[in-house]
Amino acid sequence: MKPGTRLKSAVCDTEVMVIRGGEGTVECGGAAMTEDGAKAGEPAADHQNGTLIGKRYVDSGGTVELLCVKAGKGSLALDGTPMATKDSKPLPASD
Amino acid sequence: MNIALFLEMAAEAAPDRIALVCDGRSFSYAQLLAGARGAATLIAQSNAEHVALLDEASEAAVFALFGAALAGVPYVPLNYRLADADLAALLQRITPCLLVGDVARARSLHDDERNMLIARERFTGQAMEAPAIEESDAGLGTAVQLFTSGTTGMPKAAILRHTNLTSYVIGTVDFGSAPEGSAGLVTVPPYHIAGIAALLTSIYSQRKIILLPAFTPEAWLDLVADQRVTNAFVVPTMLARIVDVMDKGHRPDTSSLKAISYGGGKMPLELISLALDLFPETGFTNAYGLTETSSTVALLSPEDHRAAKASNDPMVHARLASVGIPLPTIELEIRDEDGKVLGRDAVGEIYVRGEQVSGEYKEKSALTADGWFPTRDAGYLDRDGYLFLSGRADDVIVRGGENLSPGEIEDVLLTHPAVTDACATGIPSHEWGETVGVALVLSDGNRAPEQEEIQQLVRDRLRSSRVPEQVLFVESLPYNEMGKLLRREVKTWFKR
Repeated sequence: MKPGTRLKSAVCDTEVMVIRGGEGTVECGGAAMTEDGAKAGEPAADHQNGTLIGKRYVDSGGTVELLCVKAGKGSLALDGTPMATKDSKPLPASD
Repeated sequence: MNIALFLEMAAEAAPDRIALVCDGRSFSYAQLLAGARGAATLIAQSNAEHVALLDEASEAAVFALFGAALAGVPYVPLNYRLADADLAALLQRITPCLLVGDVARARSLHDDERNMLIARERFTGQAMEAPAIEESDAGLGTAVQLFTSGTTGMPKAAILRHTNLTSYVIGTVDFGSAPEGSAGLVTVPPYHIAGIAALLTSIYSQRKIILLPAFTPEAWLDLVADQRVTNAFVVPTMLARIVDVMDKGHRPDTSSLKAISYGGGKMPLELISLALDLFPETGFTNAYGLTETSSTVALLSPEDHRAAKASNDPMVHARLASVGIPLPTIELEIRDEDGKVLGRDAVGEIYVRGEQVSGEYKEKSALTADGWFPTRDAGYLDRDGYLFLSGRADDVIVRGGENLSPGEIEDVLLTHPAVTDACATGIPSHEWGETVGVALVLSDGNRAPEQEEIQQLVRDRLRSSRVPEQVLFVESLPYNEMGKLLRREVKTWFKR
C-alpha cells in the first residue's frame, strides 16, 4: 500500500489514510480494508476495540503507519496482528 | 493526502465547536467545511488555474485555501502591500485565475477577461450557498503557491504540495490536542507561510482561530484580553511594538496567554529578555522555518528560554539568541561552500531534508540530487545541537578566508547601553577581501560613542578579525514589512 491511500473498513465506519506504506494487508474488525469500502457484514467479535479519529496506528515492526480519519467499531490489524496507537512527544505550538 | 482532510476531520469530530472568529463573526468547523466545499464547486466551475487572494485575513482565506485544495487548484495568496507594478507582474503570472478580494485594484493592474474577480463578501456568500463539490481532489499535486518575499530579484513561486503540508502538520501536531477553551491569535498576513501554517495546525489541533486582520499593538492586546487568547504567533517587530505600548501603560489583562511563538526575523536579545519579564507566566517558543520548508524546521522551547535566561553559563545563556533544536521529523546539516558537512560551532550554509521540505519553485527545484534543500541561510550548531542563525549565506562576511557571522557581531554591539539596533556587513577590502562594517542606531538622547569604544567592545568579546573597520551611526535600519533586515542596502552606505 502506498502513502496517501485512503482505506475503508468493510465492517464498520472506520476510515484511515496510509501515512507510511509497506507490505501486508490492513484489516479492520477482522476483514481486509479496501479503497472502495464495499460493506461485508459486522466486525468479528474479538476485533471490536474500536478506532479513534486523529489517532495514528502502527504495526509492531513500525513499518506501516495509518492515520484514522473516521472512527468506527472495529479494531485495526496488519496481517492478523493488532496495530497499536502511536504515542508522540508533543512539541510546543510554533505557528 | 489532501490538506482539506484536516478540516473534514475537525468537522467530523466537533462540528459545532467554534473554529474561527473574525471581526465579531464566528464560524463552527461544520460551517467552515460547508464554505470550503461550496467554494470548491465555484472554483471547479470557473476553470481557473490558480485561486488568488488579494485581501487581508478573514474567513474568505479559509474558504479559498481549502476550497482550492478540494478542487485541486493551487491557492495563491498575494501580498497586497506590494507596489502596483510588482503586483501586476504577479497577476500576469497566475492568469487565468479566480481572484478573491480587491476586485478594483486587480482589474486596474491586470485586466484580462480570462480572470474571474470576486469581492470578499460575494465570494463567502456564494460559497456558503453553493452545493458541496461532488468529488474532491486526491491531494497529489500543489496545494499552495507562495511568491517569496525575496529581498532582491524577482519573486520566486514556491510550490508547497499537499504532501509537504500534511507531513508538517501530522509530524508536529496531534489531532484535537488543543485543550478546551484554547484560542490562537493569528496576526500574520494570509500570504505568509506562517499564516497558512497557523490555519492548518489550529484546525488540526482544534484550537479556535482569532483573526486580527490589521495589526496594531493596542488592538492585539485588547483582543488577547477580550477573547481570552491562549496562544499567539508574532514577528519580532510586532513584539517590539507590543512591549513598547505596555511600557507606556497600556496593560489589559493578558493572564490567559499561555504561549507566544515568534519567528520570521531576527529577535533582538534585549527584546526577548524584556518580553520574558513582561510575560512571566507565558511560554515563549522561537520557531525557525522558511516558505520552502512548510514553516517550522527548528524550535527553541519555553523551557530552553527560561533556562537560558537564568543560566550563568555563557554558552547556555547565549541560547536565548538561538533558534533551538531541529524538529525530530527533519534532518539538518551545516555545510561549507564545497558541500562538506561542518562540525559544531563552524558557520556554513544550513541544509534541510524531510517530507515537509519542498525546496521546489514553479520554474525548477532547488533540491540537491539526494533531496537536501540549501536554505541560503547561514548558521552553526553548538555543542548540544542548538542552531544559531548568522544571516543569509550571501551575508556572511568572508575576511581573509574566515567566515564571520554578522549576527554574532551584532549581538555584542547590542550589549552597548547606547545602541538599540545594529547591522554588521562585509565591506570590500584590498587586504582581506572583505572586512567588517557596522551601522548602529542609538537610543534617544545618547551621544555617539567613539569608534574606538565600539571597536574595543568587539575586541574584548570576540576574536580580533571581528573588529569593525568602519562604524556608522544612523537614524534607523531598513527592514521589509515582515521585519527582515535589508543588509544589501546597508552595505551601500560604507566608504569603499
